[in-house]
Amino acid sequence: MTYDHILVRYGELALKGKNRKSFMQILKQNVEKKLSAYPSIKVKAKRDHMYILLNGENHEPILEKCKDIFGIQSFSLAMKVENEKEQIKDAALQALLLESGQTFKVTCKRPNKGFPIGSQEMNQILGGHLLTHTEDWSVDVHHPDVELRVEIRHDATYITAKKIQGKGGLPVGTTGKTLLLLSGGIDSPVAGYLTMNRGVEVEAIHFHSPPFTSERAKQKVEDLARVLTKYGGDIKLHLVPFTEIQQKIFQEAPENYGMTIMRRLMLRISEMVAKQRDILSITTGESLGQVASQTMESMHTINEVTNYPVIRPLVAMDKIDIIDISKEIGAYEISIRPYEDCCTIFVPKAPKTKPRRDKVNEFERPIDFTKDIEKALNNMETVTFSASNDQKQDEFDDLL
Amino acid sequence: MIYLDNSATTQPAQEVLKSFQTVSMNYYANPSSIHVGGSEVEKLLFKARTQIAQLLKVNEDEVIFTSGGTESNNLAIKGIAHAHQNRGNHIITTQIEHPAVLQVCKDLEREGFEVTYLPVDESGNINLDDLKKAINENTILVTIMHVNNEIGTIQPIEKIAKLLANYPKITFHTDHVQGFGKVSLPYDMEGLDLITISGHKIHGLKGTGCLIKKRHVQLKPLFHGGSQEGSVRPGTENVAGNVSLAKAMRLAVEKQSQYNRLIALHQKLFDQLEPIDKITINSPKNGAAHIFNFSVLGFKPEVLIHALGEKEIYVSTKSACSSKQDEPSHVIVACGKEQEAGAAIRVSLSINQSEEDIDIFIKEIKNVIQQYKSIMG
Repeated sequence: MTYDHILVRYGELALKGKNRKSFMQILKQNVEKKLSAYPSIKVKAKRDHMYILLNGENHEPILEKCKDIFGIQSFSLAMKVENEKEQIKDAALQALLLESGQTFKVTCKRPNKGFPIGSQEMNQILGGHLLTHTEDWSVDVHHPDVELRVEIRHDATYITAKKIQGKGGLPVGTTGKTLLLLSGGIDSPVAGYLTMNRGVEVEAIHFHSPPFTSERAKQKVEDLARVLTKYGGDIKLHLVPFTEIQQKIFQEAPENYGMTIMRRLMLRISEMVAKQRDILSITTGESLGQVASQTMESMHTINEVTNYPVIRPLVAMDKIDIIDISKEIGAYEISIRPYEDCCTIFVPKAPKTKPRRDKVNEFERPIDFTKDIEKALNNMETVTFSASNDQKQDEFDDLL
Repeated sequence: MIYLDNSATTQPAQEVLKSFQTVSMNYYANPSSIHVGGSEVEKLLFKARTQIAQLLKVNEDEVIFTSGGTESNNLAIKGIAHAHQNRGNHIITTQIEHPAVLQVCKDLEREGFEVTYLPVDESGNINLDDLKKAINENTILVTIMHVNNEIGTIQPIEKIAKLLANYPKITFHTDHVQGFGKVSLPYDMEGLDLITISGHKIHGLKGTGCLIKKRHVQLKPLFHGGSQEGSVRPGTENVAGNVSLAKAMRLAVEKQSQYNRLIALHQKLFDQLEPIDKITINSPKNGAAHIFNFSVLGFKPEVLIHALGEKEIYVSTKSACSSKQDEPSHVIVACGKEQEAGAAIRVSLSINQSEEDIDIFIKEIKNVIQQYKSIMG
């Protein structure tokens, strides 16, 4: 008797009333996609739990992958046996022997009231069985090293030992789509990750200005998009050529308002892309008070150009906490690569930290960006990153 | 041909050589160049580094690519000695190290450093109490090999690291050249600061290797130049070599499960050769299974090696790096076996070695001893 499946517990999803069924379907698809490298496994979504049948696959890497999937509250390796006392006793003993520690506790649950033995009595029967058949184990009901959970359900009894914490949140794809402004810095990937936590599917947009920004800066953004695929599945990255627009701003607008105008144009273009693609919101990595473009005045002035919701998951977070998440999701080492992006070139010596709407409109009025925006959109490149396949990576993998 | 000299060097694996060729031909740009070609190669190099880091459970910036074991040992030992000579001038090592450690220590003695060479027992093991006693306020470095290259003794690196974790001023380096892919270490453990790994002992290429240098460790570089390898080891990266090393290390780890097979072969060598009159086994029973060292008393080892060579069986005397000098093995002398030290023969197995090879070797060595007994005896 060995662990033959993984028991997955839903998080908030269980609360979602009528939408529950579609939520469960989406989670199932996400799990299947994430585990596509293991063709033998089978995923079964039930009302209150999901089962991943291992069918002989090694569970270690699969458990690791489950930790990255939003919508999973917790999960455990499990054994499935028939609703029969002796079989349950045997399996409980096997499960305990696979664990290390000195103390245990049995927690029996009996949603299937048809089973003749009550859960209290079952606790005692199993505890006694385990004590008489092992040598080094004793019972500790308050702080056990191992909590053996036995759930007697209608279809079968499930025995699990270790409960592994999942990411929680909602399954990606259940709450719509957003367009993430991905810069290459520390903040925007974290913002994308946090929206995914709420079930949002992410497409990313990046503005680059070759030859002022390098191929490596673009590479960095692509690598960050790839990091996000770990949590959100496939990600489309829209690369907008921004050189000409930036040069025009630099030549024709007052220097101290250059950055404000640039951010407004980014937001305008983003809204157009979102509109084209039926995306209903824009997400940025802005956090209040970090740099000049992120003052309250600046946000007020920049936000004027769109009435799409701008989601700012980091707005009230401390930098240090943002960095922690960035490290946790594996983006930090990429984000700190020292290549300039389009926000750090043409930086005015003294950017306006308190830009005003009336002023910026006055400065923008004589400059006609229509053609430039059109051209940028026409030359926009879209690349799709997938968690599973990447040609260059495959070639490198062969070499390694 | 039966090749039983794998601790001297191994045959490169075909896949490793193929990676080297492909990278040399297709990814030849300098990873520091800012054009697309350079950035591509930089990415590949980073992947190789990351793969090694993941295999060892260390951080990728802790992997310093070098030209192999000798350079890694020199960089570790001289690097610490010269970076920290203001803290103290005392180094502790053992009497049975590889020349790439011993001779470095000798050289530092000439510069004015003091070196304690810990003795070993007849199995080649150091005593932890000896180590504890040898530590003084001037000690800045302890360098102790993991698996001995001549007789296969495994030093208790974990225990040593645990002990030295209490001495923040002391850096601990281990020469892991003979251990990697066979006897692994908890590479990420606290107290273990520097680890030497070589490519060509694990079916990789000559001229490849790395030094694992934990983040808190400061080394004075041996060379000065560009900022490659965090400026600790400047010079245009040997990208093809480094990629081939990452591949060789991955394959070695994947094949490590076959190591148990070698334990049976090691046991067989013991069982078959120990009863023979005149043969003394120099390897400890609980040593690394890929190294088996014995002496045939009264026989010059060269004679046996040449006689076996005629049958296309290749074994060696002591370390390949010192076997040309006509001197007894310093390792076996340190084990207190003066007489055996001049007659030692090393059989060293690859992870792919077949049982048949060992059977043939056993048969032939018995024949040779029988044949020349009357003359040499």
